[in-house]
Amino acid sequence: MSAVAIPTKPWAKSPQDRILGVSFLIAAAAFSYFFVAVTEMKGKLAYAFIFFVAYGVITSTYSFITRGPQAAKDSFVSTLVALGAVFTVIPIASILFTVVQKGVPGLHLGILSNDMSMATSTDPIPTGGVLHAITGTLTMVVLALIMSIPIGILTALYLTEIKGKFAGPIRFLVQAMSGVPSIVAGLFILSAVLYPITKNFSALMGAMALTILMIPTIARTSEEVLLLIPNELREAGTALGGTQWRTVAMIVLPAARSGLMTAIILGIARIAGETAPLLLLTGGGDKVNPNPFNGSVGSLPYYIWKSFNAGSPEALTRAWAGLLILMIVVFILFISARALSNRKMSK
Amino acid sequence: MSQATLIPSPREISTEPRRSDKVFRGVVTSGGISSLFILGLIAVFLAYRGFEVLKEEGLGFITGADWSVTLDESANVVESNFGLSAMLVGTILCALVAVVIAVPISVFSALYLNFYAPGWLKKILVAVIDMMAAFPSILFGVWGFLVLMPSVEYWGKLINRYLGWIPLFEVKPYFFTRSPFVAGVVLAIMIIPIITSVSREIFAQAPLDRIQAAFALGATRWAMIKAVVIPHGRSGVVGGAMLGLGRAMGETVAVFTVLNIVFQINWHILLGAGGNVASLIILKFSEAGDYEIKALMAAGLILFLLTLAVNAVANVIVKSTGKSGR
Amino acid sequence: MIQTPESEKAMSSTQPSSLASVANARVERTQASSAIGTGLEARGVHAWFGKNHVLADINLEFAAGSVTALIGPSGCGKSTFIRTMNRMHEFIPGAAMAGQVLLDGKDVYAPGVDVTKIRLQIGMVFQKPNPFPSMTIGENVLSGLKLAQIKVENKDELLESCLVRAGLWNEVKDRLGAHGGSLSGGQQQRLCIARALAVSPQVLLMDEPCSALDPGSTLRIEDTIRELSDSMTIIIVTHNMQQAARVSDYTAFFLSDGGPGEMIEVARTSEIFSQPKDQRTENYVTGRFG
Repeated sequence: MSAVAIPTKPWAKSPQDRILGVSFLIAAAAFSYFFVAVTEMKGKLAYAFIFFVAYGVITSTYSFITRGPQAAKDSFVSTLVALGAVFTVIPIASILFTVVQKGVPGLHLGILSNDMSMATSTDPIPTGGVLHAITGTLTMVVLALIMSIPIGILTALYLTEIKGKFAGPIRFLVQAMSGVPSIVAGLFILSAVLYPITKNFSALMGAMALTILMIPTIARTSEEVLLLIPNELREAGTALGGTQWRTVAMIVLPAARSGLMTAIILGIARIAGETAPLLLLTGGGDKVNPNPFNGSVGSLPYYIWKSFNAGSPEALTRAWAGLLILMIVVFILFISARALSNRKMSK
Repeated sequence: MSQATLIPSPREISTEPRRSDKVFRGVVTSGGISSLFILGLIAVFLAYRGFEVLKEEGLGFITGADWSVTLDESANVVESNFGLSAMLVGTILCALVAVVIAVPISVFSALYLNFYAPGWLKKILVAVIDMMAAFPSILFGVWGFLVLMPSVEYWGKLINRYLGWIPLFEVKPYFFTRSPFVAGVVLAIMIIPIITSVSREIFAQAPLDRIQAAFALGATRWAMIKAVVIPHGRSGVVGGAMLGLGRAMGETVAVFTVLNIVFQINWHILLGAGGNVASLIILKFSEAGDYEIKALMAAGLILFLLTLAVNAVANVIVKSTGKSGR
Repeated sequence: MIQTPESEKAMSSTQPSSLASVANARVERTQASSAIGTGLEARGVHAWFGKNHVLADINLEFAAGSVTALIGPSGCGKSTFIRTMNRMHEFIPGAAMAGQVLLDGKDVYAPGVDVTKIRLQIGMVFQKPNPFPSMTIGENVLSGLKLAQIKVENKDELLESCLVRAGLWNEVKDRLGAHGGSLSGGQQQRLCIARALAVSPQVLLMDEPCSALDPGSTLRIEDTIRELSDSMTIIIVTHNMQQAARVSDYTAFFLSDGGPGEMIEVARTSEIFSQPKDQRTENYVTGRFG
């Protein structure tokens, strides 16, 4: 064959289509500009909204002329669903933008090495810091992990390895537990542990409430991961004469290791910014508290909450800086969870 | 035939698990049952603490709107009234506003992600939306109060100007700040990622062969979605919306920052007076005496049962769609 | 059957090998009927999935009113080929193609062509029966009209005639309101045929329509195919050589030797099965491989 056939995609957009599409966009933008200028609708959102409506009308009219009513509807819906996606993303963009914009001025060199014990809400930014909040959050996360990892993973193992007669109800209850409002978890620890037993704020109390919120996340993600482990591996283990316990401990869990890590990281992301129960249980101290079992302790969310409610300009800047740090933490957790789970899939 | 064929009775196959396996099974089972245990304990303890107040107030705890404690000079409680109705109505109202706003947006964006977005954009958007679902609620609270609220109040005024004749949008006195509508918008933004990802997963399970059948019959993308995807995913979206509703009803911090709490039943969503059970707990907790704390525990119990019921129904719906779709 | 090696009908003049000359064979027209168009033609069709070249240089003409069977071992590109005919190929991510597909002499891949109209003219029946689960039997038959928003004068008449032609009317006439899922597999497949007929396509593509069915249902569908061939052009992919022999006027043999699938030979069905020109065809139809 002399002429080598070249793969083409005749269904892809041609340059003319693209030019047409861009000109529709421009027309819609121009229309929205004039519309906003002459009517009393205003603001960025009005621009966006009118732009999309105009774009939808233009494209569907074009489709109607060239291909009939069915195509017109299709074009209009295409615009509509894209509008939905845009409305979903706008808040994220706005949140990210605002937090970075307002949070950066609140950062300073000593922010990670000072606490707020010597600073008041109207002190200039460079005094004080979030050391107490970071250490407090870390303490609580570690304590919560110590309690929730065993329970979460055991629950997942029960659902996937034992498949006992309660598997259905327990799966249901774990789902239900993920819907427990965080404030209720806080009230529960308050009523069941803090009032009758310890009678004092502490990092442990906060961690117990966080544990309740974390278990469902870990259990559900771990269950999904364990279900992905091929059954042949288990059968191979049992066929070699291993007990179920040894098969699980030496074959199933190691095979699922990175997935389980993902589950744990997602669990941490779930609780790192949890605020409501901490307001009830930890006291929100301004000083680094080395004792996790007794005494008021700070945390990032509590720090943000306190600064936000103090209301002075300095305090608000501190709140934004706290949010920025919190968001970076969540971001890092999230990225590492994704990286881990991607690695697992590509293996 | 004098003799019937002998059918052997099935042998029982049984294995006596070794001791290590018995221990293993015991440990894992007890771990598995702990979720039941915890949920049970939550209900028991909140009921136990709140019992006194629930008994004292009776049905009035649900139907009354007044929440007040009168103290004498030496800070002894003279009289107290605990009624949760305004808070309950407010909770449901805010959550409903959130769901009404969030569902169409989420469904559209889920459709966009599954059937319209190019592959690379879909990947990015899914990651971003999943991350948004993990954002802490205090972030939404602070951002909602400082950034979003002024705009939402302005939209509220526009709605009132043009649709004020509908009783729901009536505003008297003319006061728009921190209304249920504002809280609803903030909650909507929080639950959009949740409903989007549930809907996206349900839509993705729409049977491929039916989708192809629709296209092969000359359907446009939208006609295909209407004929195949929506009938398939309808109840799943309802379930997803209810999951969002449950989350919205239990949300605390993000609502507290943007809602004016008033102990009076208010159905006018644009008026700056609302209620919320979770926010009530935060609001009253720091200054509450022993007896009022018990009332707050009872309020927590009601909230717990309410969200539990909504979530249970939602999960049943989502699960049954997932099954029938395959 | 007329083989026309290197004739004026061979599309590209650059086809030196004997294999290509076979591939350029044409099918003579058995029936000329203007009502069903002038048939369908593939010219130098290639197909890719990503970098994977799955189909090379297929030249085939399907005369109006004929039944053509595509046979060949699994993975030789038969299904991909018929999916390029009605442009279903492009739904697979990474798909690409080359060449032309002409319906009534017009390229269905030409720019500006409305793909939904093409699919209305070239109907398709899939391997597994796939009635719409949310619709009743009657709605399923008429779903194509609803999807493409075609208005019809007398729906009931159309419904009945489609079901009659698909050989299903007697079995379902009393329960048109029942759901499609309540039918047996064979009935569902005939329902899908009726559904494809309702938009009155010129061409009907059938991708192994009987592979998921029992022998009885298979025979019913084969009867249906023979009856339909009076009024439309039918292309059927099948693994079952007896089926090809029973229903088709022409048979094309596809084969892939590890590389892209190619068409080895096309001829009248009787010839393919009695005196194939190519050794590989003979090996396949006599069951020596595949």
